[in-house]
Amino acid sequence: MTSSCRIFLVSFIALGLSWGGFVLAPMEQLGTQKQTDVLNSSQTYPLQRTGDATLGLQVYRRYGCAACHTTQLQQGGVSCDVVVTGMGKNPTAVSNLLSSLSLKNLDKDDAQSASDQITGAGGKTEIHIIPTGGDVARGWGARRSVSEDFLWDYPVQLGSLRMGPDLANVGGRLGSFSWQLLHLYAPQAAAKDSAMPPFRFMFLVQKIGATPSPDALQLPAGFGPPSGFEVVPSNAARNLAAYLLSLHADVPLHDAPFTMAAAAPAPTAQAKK
Amino acid sequence: MNRNEKIDPAIGDTCRVPLLALFGGAALWLVVGLAIELAASLTFHNPSMFADHSWLAYGRLQAAANDAVLYGFCIPAALGVILWVFARLSESELVLPLVPVLAANIWHLGVLVGLVAIFIGDTTGFQWLEFPRGASVLLFSAYMLIAISAMATFGARRERKLQPAHWFLLAALVWFPWIYTTANIFLVAWPVRGVAQAVIDWWFTNNLIFVWFALVGLGLAFYFLPKFAGRPLHNPDLALFGFVTFILFSTWCGIPQGAPVPAWLPAASTFASVLMLIPIFSLLTVFARTVTGPSLTGTKPQCKGGPFCYIKFGTTAFILATLMLLPLGCPHFGSWAGITWYVQAQSSLQILGFFTIVICGAIYELMPSVMGMEWPFPKFVRFQHWAFMAGAVLLVLMLAIGGLAQGMNDYNFQSALPFLRFSTLGLFLLLLGSLMFAANIFVMTIKWNLALAKGFIAIVRPPVKLQEVKS
Repeated sequence: MTSSCRIFLVSFIALGLSWGGFVLAPMEQLGTQKQTDVLNSSQTYPLQRTGDATLGLQVYRRYGCAACHTTQLQQGGVSCDVVVTGMGKNPTAVSNLLSSLSLKNLDKDDAQSASDQITGAGGKTEIHIIPTGGDVARGWGARRSVSEDFLWDYPVQLGSLRMGPDLANVGGRLGSFSWQLLHLYAPQAAAKDSAMPPFRFMFLVQKIGATPSPDALQLPAGFGPPSGFEVVPSNAARNLAAYLLSLHADVPLHDAPFTMAAAAPAPTAQAKK
Repeated sequence: MNRNEKIDPAIGDTCRVPLLALFGGAALWLVVGLAIELAASLTFHNPSMFADHSWLAYGRLQAAANDAVLYGFCIPAALGVILWVFARLSESELVLPLVPVLAANIWHLGVLVGLVAIFIGDTTGFQWLEFPRGASVLLFSAYMLIAISAMATFGARRERKLQPAHWFLLAALVWFPWIYTTANIFLVAWPVRGVAQAVIDWWFTNNLIFVWFALVGLGLAFYFLPKFAGRPLHNPDLALFGFVTFILFSTWCGIPQGAPVPAWLPAASTFASVLMLIPIFSLLTVFARTVTGPSLTGTKPQCKGGPFCYIKFGTTAFILATLMLLPLGCPHFGSWAGITWYVQAQSSLQILGFFTIVICGAIYELMPSVMGMEWPFPKFVRFQHWAFMAGAVLLVLMLAIGGLAQGMNDYNFQSALPFLRFSTLGLFLLLLGSLMFAANIFVMTIKWNLALAKGFIAIVRPPVKLQEVKS
């Protein structure tokens, strides 16, 4: 067994198998992926990012933002709610049935059978799909991330460490351009307990000219430049903010379905954590 | 190693310059990498410390530190030790000794190019593969040159039977070119679309930091440990079984649970993580029985903070690092712990606790016989051992606890912060140890150069002035 040819052969087989599994197969399955349809809608997903956001992805890469932030949301699973939309012709039978059925937090089969019973009694129902799990409960996003979210990105930077919060849906929950710029310049001014390093080098501190720059940041007391000066974002900062705003994972897809109406808007206080 | 063992002087003569070239640069990059890591760690104490310098952004420091240690120290130093071990096992001189000298310079130039590129933002954005393509080409060509010299030395062997160390090191030699070209071609040169990029990066990272490190580290351990312990490797058949099952299963680990990829990919990793218990316990048995078994020479081997200690500690760290890695394959634990500092703790244990210590131990062992002189600071060998051991344990424990605490508290950074601040101390100890290592290597190089110069002067200037005797 222990001649050098055999050692090489075993190595080639072992590495070749995993190469086939983890390089070739994903290239076939994911590398040829196409846009998909948003559920219950005629829109396609994802759309190409705007020009400044595409440049912003490169800023994200240049400064290694992925060292501290992931852009991948997870969910534990889904629960289903059965919502009665109409009592039909036999309301007594339906309401009798409703009193004996539980309609919240069901798994898929139970929800379907409850729905069937109500429909059988003449009522009308809808099944709402609600993703569960820590990331959704924290208000970081409405659903888990799926491979389609990254279809147009190069490089894909999922990140492997959540030193800061996840950013997969940051454009959905913190959607203000000026807030993003302020947070980049002085994180502690935008979010009190933040441990994020400030990215002051992306901003210019300049003397206020004849007319103040319309782009100058509105800084709270204690964070501003000396009087007579203003803080203006560089192109890198603007592109990065545009990229962050373009990060949305909030439409239902075939791979990660949810019911839009059921996804209650996350309270902003919680989302800003 | 038994000092009385007869070593062919030709091995030392041919290995000397290539090994100095590889180890000198590697020692420098180890110091640089740990210093950058320490600087990055200071960000936890004061986030706005480097806020006005783009090249000191945390993301850049972190990437540069990782790559300086991985590409700057681990790989070239390991290649140097492999060259020497191949020459020793072949009982032949190093074939083509000038090729690795050239390769060492190309390699270290490539690392310099890559690090500068990271600091100015020209990174690929893929974790553990941040060097841009120019640097990758340099690294790859240097690797191939060294591999040619290693394979030629292997081919010239007098003893045809392969040793257990051969299996691991030969597999490692073919491993790296394959994974490195795959990653660079499909991620950098002609990138694939979408998350397939992330999958290929995980495959590459797992194959480099887990599989390649294990192959080299265990190969060296299985070469050195029997010599230190004074008895042959325990049960070579079990070692062979461990080797084959290890390379079959370990390559399938590494896809994070809960990643946005088709479910079969993380599931394959889960399955492989369970199967990995088979090779790990086989290899653990071989290691433990070799180290604890009775010595054939009659004297109980003492390690006293010397190379034996290094390799024993390193191999133990490998087992522990693997046992830290396998739970990440569990779907539930892996999905929340797999995006915390726990992962960094695991890779730190793998890189600094296991691989760096094994390599340093091997270098401390082999250089005196290659150079024909003792270490200039023999006490540093023992000090570095303690500094590295304490530093690695402190770093890994703090990162792991901090990561788990953060993961259980809604990924709130504040719950990890105290632990991360403590981890700075671990990095400081590691940096201290690496400085001792570098001091030993550099002073030895200087002494050797001085001796060379003295010899040269002695040839040019005859010691006794010849005078014509007048009578």
